Amino acid sequence: MITTVSDSLYSRLIKTYEGNLPSADPRSLDEIRKQAFDRFKETGFPTVKHEDWKYTNLQPLVSGGYALEAPRSAARASIGKALIPDLDAYRVVMVDGHYSEDLSTVADIPGLSVMPIQDAFNRLCFAKYFSEYADKSDNPLVALNTALFTTGLFIEVAKNHQLDKPIHVIHVSSATAPTFVQVRNLYVMSLFSQAEIIESFVTDAGAAANLHNFVSEVVVREGAKLQHYYLQVADEQGKYLNHTEVYQEKHSLYNHYNCTFPGASFVRNNINVRLGDSEVESHLYGITLTAGNQLVDNHTIVDHKKPHCESYEWYKNITQDTSTAVFNGKIFVRPDAQKTNAFQQNNNMLIGERSAVYTKPQLEIFADDVKCSHGCTIGQFDNDALFYLRARGVGEEQARVLLVHAFAFDVTSRFANTTVREYVEHLVEAGL
Amino acid sequence: MLSIKNLHASVEDKAILKGLDLEVKAGEVHAIMGPNGSGKSTLGNVLAGRDAYEVTEGEVLLDGKDLLELSPEDRAREGVFLAFQYPVEIPGVSNINFLKTALNEIRAYKGLPPLEAREFLNLVKERQKLVEFDAKLANRSLNEGFSGGEKKRNEIFQLAMLEPKLAILDETDSGLDIDALRIVARGVNQLRSQNNAFVVITHYQRLLEYIVPDFVHVLYKGRIVRSGTKELALELEEKGYDWIKETVDAEGAV
Repeated sequence: MITTVSDSLYSRLIKTYEGNLPSADPRSLDEIRKQAFDRFKETGFPTVKHEDWKYTNLQPLVSGGYALEAPRSAARASIGKALIPDLDAYRVVMVDGHYSEDLSTVADIPGLSVMPIQDAFNRLCFAKYFSEYADKSDNPLVALNTALFTTGLFIEVAKNHQLDKPIHVIHVSSATAPTFVQVRNLYVMSLFSQAEIIESFVTDAGAAANLHNFVSEVVVREGAKLQHYYLQVADEQGKYLNHTEVYQEKHSLYNHYNCTFPGASFVRNNINVRLGDSEVESHLYGITLTAGNQLVDNHTIVDHKKPHCESYEWYKNITQDTSTAVFNGKIFVRPDAQKTNAFQQNNNMLIGERSAVYTKPQLEIFADDVKCSHGCTIGQFDNDALFYLRARGVGEEQARVLLVHAFAFDVTSRFANTTVREYVEHLVEAGL
Repeated sequence: MLSIKNLHASVEDKAILKGLDLEVKAGEVHAIMGPNGSGKSTLGNVLAGRDAYEVTEGEVLLDGKDLLELSPEDRAREGVFLAFQYPVEIPGVSNINFLKTALNEIRAYKGLPPLEAREFLNLVKERQKLVEFDAKLANRSLNEGFSGGEKKRNEIFQLAMLEPKLAILDETDSGLDIDALRIVARGVNQLRSQNNAFVVITHYQRLLEYIVPDFVHVLYKGRIVRSGTKELALELEEKGYDWIKETVDAEGAV
C-alpha cells in the first residue's frame, strides 16, 4: 500500500488496518480487536478538547510519519543505561515489544511464567483477563492498542508463590526509522502470590524518534502483593503513551512507584487502579524530574468500588528549564465503598523559571462514611533553607541537590526496594 | 581577627546599619546588645552573607580577607559561623549527612581530605556530649519537629563540629529555658580558645552571666553607641534601653 507522508497517522491506520487486523488463534480475539478498532475509528486520537488531554497535545506527535510495524531487531540492544547497580533480579528484555530470548534470564524459575504475550493467547488467565479492564476505560489509545498489538509481555506468578528476586523488565526503543509501536502486557498475580516487577524504559543507540503505545493490564488476585516500579530513563527522542490498568481483588496490595527522569521528550502515563473488592490496599508514588523541553503527564485514577479499602497517593514533580509536568489525580469513591480511607498529595517544585506545572486533584465521592483527603502545593526553592545550608559551608549547587533530595524524600523514602531507591536518588541528583 | 569599618547596610532600601565599627581579636568574646530594631540581627546576617542584605558602604575583614566579596559558603569555609536566631527546618535532609557534607566541603576548601567515616562518627559522639545533644536528634531530619531549645542546641552542636574562627550567636538565648541556656553556654565556654572569637548578639544580660564577655557593645540606630566591659551589660539591665536612647538622642541633638 502506498501512503504519502501528508496522510495523517489516523487515516493511515484506518486505511491500513480496516478489515485487515492482526489475527491469530484463538479466533476469540478477533472480535475483541474488531470492536476495539471500531471504537478507535470513531474517536480518533484525543485532542486538547478532551478534558483528559487538555495540557498534553498529541496532535504534533501523531501527525508525523511512522512505520506501523516494528522490525524485529537484532538480538543486540544496548541495555546498559537500564541496569541498576547492585540489583539482583531476573531480567527480561523487550526490544520494541519483542521479547529478547538472548538478553533475558527468566527461564525455568519455579512459580514464574514469563513469555511473549502472543504465546499466552491459549492460557486460561489470558482469556479471563485480557482486555477485561483496560478496554473499559475510555482511552482511545487502549482501543488502538487492543486492535493492533502483536507483541508484548505476559507474566504470571503462580498461586502462593513468593518470588525470591525482582523481575527487571527492560523496554528498549530500538527501531532506526520512526515507528509507531504497540506493546501489550498482561501481568497476573495469582492468589496469595508476591512479586516485585521493575520496568525500565531506555533508548538503544541509533534509535529513531519512535512513538510507543504501551498498554499494561495488571491483575492482583486475592491476597496477592505486587510492588511495581516504572523507571523512565529513555533518551530525548523517546515518546511514550503508557496506559496501566490495575485490578485488585480482596486483601490484595498493589504499590506503584512511577519515576521519570530527564530524557524522553514526551511521556504520558495513565495509571488506573481499580480496587475491586473489600480490604484492598493501594499505594501510588510518583517522582518526576523534568528538564529541557520535556513534557511528562501523569494521569491517575484510584477507583474505590467496595468498602474498607485504603489508598495512598503521593506525587512529586520537579521541573527545570522549559519543561512541563502535569498531574491529574482522580479518586472515585463509589456508593458501596463505605469506610474508604483515601489520601492524595501532589507537591511541585518549579526550578526552571520558564517551566510549567499543571495539577488537578479530582475527588468524586458517592459514599457518605469515608475519609478522603488531598493536598497540592506549588513552590520554588526555599531561599531560607538554601541560605542556611550555604552558611554552613555547603556550596550552592550541592545545597540545591540536598534540597531537591529533601523534596523527593517523602516519596523516595517509601520505596520498598532500597537498591532501587538508591538508584532513583542517584538519578535525581544526576538529573539536576 | 574581625575588623568592621564604617559598615552601612540596608534591607529593601531601608538603611539599617549606619556606620558600624567593630574590632574583634582572637580569643575574645564580644556581646552586642541593643533595643529591638537597632540592627543586631542585620549585623549577623550581613556577616554571614544573606542575599536580602545589601552593603552600601564600609568594609569587613576577616584576618585581612575581604569578607564582603565572598559567597556565604566561602565565608563559612573561611571560618565564619552564624548561629541562627530561627534555625530552618529542612525535612528530608538528615542532620548527620548535612554536617558531613558541610564539614567535608570546609575541609576540601582548606585542602584537607574528607574525614573517614569512623573519625567523623567519633567526632560527632564527642561533640554531642558537649551540648548534651541527643544522638536520636542527630540522626533525624534537620531541625524537623525540634523544640525551640533543641534547635538552638543543634546550632551549637554544629558550631562544635565545624570549629569556626568566628562564631556569631544571634539571640541564641531566645526561646531557651534556664536549663537549656546553661547547657548552651557551657558548650560555648568549652569551645572558647585563643584561636577563635565569639560575637554574642542578645537582648538580655541573662546569657552574659553564663558566657562572660570581654567587651559589651550597645547597638542603637545602626551604630555602636557605647562600648565597655561586662559591667555595661549590668548597667543596661538596671537602667533599661531608654537610658541609652535618651542619652544618645540627646548627644545627636547637640
